[in-house]
Amino acid sequence: MALSSAFEYAPAPESRSVVDIAPSYGLFIDGEFTEAADGKVFKTVSPSTEEVLSEVARAGTADVDRAVQAARKAFTKWSALPGSERAKYLFRIARIIQERSRELAVLETLDNGKPIKETRDTDLPLVAAHFFYYAGWADKLDHAGFGANPRPLGVAGQVIPWNFPLLMLAWKIAPALATGNTVVLKPAETTPLSALFFADICRQAGLPKGVVNILPGYGDAGAALVEHPDVNKVAFTGSTAVGKAIARSVAGTEKKVTLELGGKGANIVFDDAPVDQAVEGIVTGIFFNQGQVCCAGSRLLVQESVQEEVVDALKRRLATLRLGDPLDKNTDIGAINSAEQLARIQKLADTGEAEGAERWSPACELPTSGYWFAPTVFTGVTQAHTVARDEIFGPVLSVLSFRTPDEAVAKANNTQYGLSAGIWTEKGSRILAVANKLRAGVVWANTFNKLDPTSPFGGYKESGYGREGGRHGLEAYLAPSSPEGKR
Amino acid sequence: MSTVEQQNRLSVFKTYKLYVGGKFPRSESGRVYEVTDSKGNWLANAPQSSRKDARDAVVAARKAFGGWSGATAYNRGQVLYRVAEMLEGRRDQFVREVADADGISKQKAGAVVDAAVDRWVWYAGWTDKIGQIVGGANPVAGPFFNLSTPEPTGVVAVVAPQDSSFLGLVSVVAPVIATGNTAVVIASAKSPLPALSLGEVLATSDLPGGVVNVLSGKTAEIAAPLAAHQDVNAIDLTGADAELARDLEIAAADNLKRVLRPQAVDFTATPGTERLTAFLETKTVWHPTGALGVSGSSY
Repeated sequence: MALSSAFEYAPAPESRSVVDIAPSYGLFIDGEFTEAADGKVFKTVSPSTEEVLSEVARAGTADVDRAVQAARKAFTKWSALPGSERAKYLFRIARIIQERSRELAVLETLDNGKPIKETRDTDLPLVAAHFFYYAGWADKLDHAGFGANPRPLGVAGQVIPWNFPLLMLAWKIAPALATGNTVVLKPAETTPLSALFFADICRQAGLPKGVVNILPGYGDAGAALVEHPDVNKVAFTGSTAVGKAIARSVAGTEKKVTLELGGKGANIVFDDAPVDQAVEGIVTGIFFNQGQVCCAGSRLLVQESVQEEVVDALKRRLATLRLGDPLDKNTDIGAINSAEQLARIQKLADTGEAEGAERWSPACELPTSGYWFAPTVFTGVTQAHTVARDEIFGPVLSVLSFRTPDEAVAKANNTQYGLSAGIWTEKGSRILAVANKLRAGVVWANTFNKLDPTSPFGGYKESGYGREGGRHGLEAYLAPSSPEGKR
Repeated sequence: MSTVEQQNRLSVFKTYKLYVGGKFPRSESGRVYEVTDSKGNWLANAPQSSRKDARDAVVAARKAFGGWSGATAYNRGQVLYRVAEMLEGRRDQFVREVADADGISKQKAGAVVDAAVDRWVWYAGWTDKIGQIVGGANPVAGPFFNLSTPEPTGVVAVVAPQDSSFLGLVSVVAPVIATGNTAVVIASAKSPLPALSLGEVLATSDLPGGVVNVLSGKTAEIAAPLAAHQDVNAIDLTGADAELARDLEIAAADNLKRVLRPQAVDFTATPGTERLTAFLETKTVWHPTGALGVSGSSY
């Protein structure tokens, strides 16, 4: 018997029975589930099997208007509540999320396609932590550094992506509620379910009606929400192209805007880096969540003298990654979120090949149904290559090399984006010097893709503006009491 | 010199010029426009900047960014304070120019200039404190050292207020550069002279050339290419009217410039930190801590 088969993993599937998905869901407006005004619905499928999970009401302009009105009505009372009372609601929500985290993790894996290991160990703990963190701010806003008695803005219109459906919801809703705003949130059309389950959590927590409204739908509903004249604050996470369109559409209004957009993060490995540790960081950097992460380390910059060693070690490591059923607890790489996204990744990878970069993937059997893409590494990449410039949003890594720290910095900064970067070196002064020069909102040194509710997250340049997380994350939802003028 | 000679002496006019890259060029376009006082009396011909002047100013500001943003906060503070020193020494000149520009009495203009000097001093003191106010260590739930620090956004285009030709101008320029950004400033269209004279003060204040660049002319004509410029990182729309501000904000979206929208401002009041933070990014740096930690020690 070959050694490899002697140590085969036995299947270890997480039970689906912990989650009960209804055949259909409505919009969540003013504390009630309701049909869309025009009766439209859409189906949400499991990306790993293409199984239809549920039919969901599709919000249109009339629904957006109704939800904004509900949020406006709820705002008067919600914003007048003592912060300590708002805090208790948020603490309740955090606790209920913890109680239901197994259910939500399975649900998220079914609807999104990401491995249960990630929803269970990363998404859900962070979701609960975000509500817990911002709950504590609700009655301490005078101490947040935005002046005495900072006021909420009003109704927040929030549009979130499909890569971390529940985590992005938490990033948006927790600070909004803590600061006294009310919310209309549109989850992505491919991943509406966990947001609808969150609506049920709001009900269990006894949250007043209209404070949180959830509108599953497509881009048209998102645009209607962003452009609604009675929305005071716009928060968006998603593509840079849509972010620019939003920035244009709010011009000349008083809406406050934060945008978390694309990235093309550089992960810089110096010749003195601990190779095995760096390889783990590279893997986390680009293959976590199938690379569908805006802060992914999608450009590997390796010092020339260790390039061969690092790339060899990386390839060896990638051969051990397990791709397949996302509900299996041994799965490292799950499904791509949608057929559309898979096509986009395939097209960009093909472009990389056509432009002359060398493409490599480990031997890897892809399931016959569902949307799958094998982990892919491009070597021989130059800065002019499409795979080194465009955000791919999939498990595709481009490897470039450099000789000096200055060259590494210049290459790392040679992008329209500025969200994240990584540095791998044992030399402390080099970490500080390079981190200082990188134009990126998050820099991970000797680690990658770490997130925490206490830490501000957000981009430079075309990766968007504003920060989410930490004390900084409150600013987006507060009108500072500026001594300069009216406000 | 006899009194008669003094009375008959013809005064020397000043040719007002732009301030770009530490130098005083005329407009590339060769155009000037008449600047008058509030009663319509001719004061000077001011340069009417072109699109090319705006682009030259951006190049100068970009070139200066590395050095200025890399200077220590202590050093930047001293340079800003030096501006106050230089301005104090030229007080009489600015009182005269501000009185003419804003159509106010010499006495009121004196108060304006004093306030402008004090504003430089106020911002000089902020350079090495803003990082402590808005940055900090984050107590993450894990074995990591994690620090958030503010950093300048880059090149900031500033549409200076139209009706406060000097105090307003200083109030919008000083916070931009205090935090390490560099600036391309469009002076008040109808009263640009105090702004152009400020260039002379900045040039003698240890401020590296290109950190502040002053353009005069038609606001919309200069602002449009700056708002659309791909190498400008942020825009302050204080001096733009509602319609222009909207157009500029739309143009600014092309490279996701940070936008500070126009708002009613009382420039005589002590400012908040909003103008400092408007042009700052926050960088969060993570590093593993390992298992050793002082607070976890039993010693």
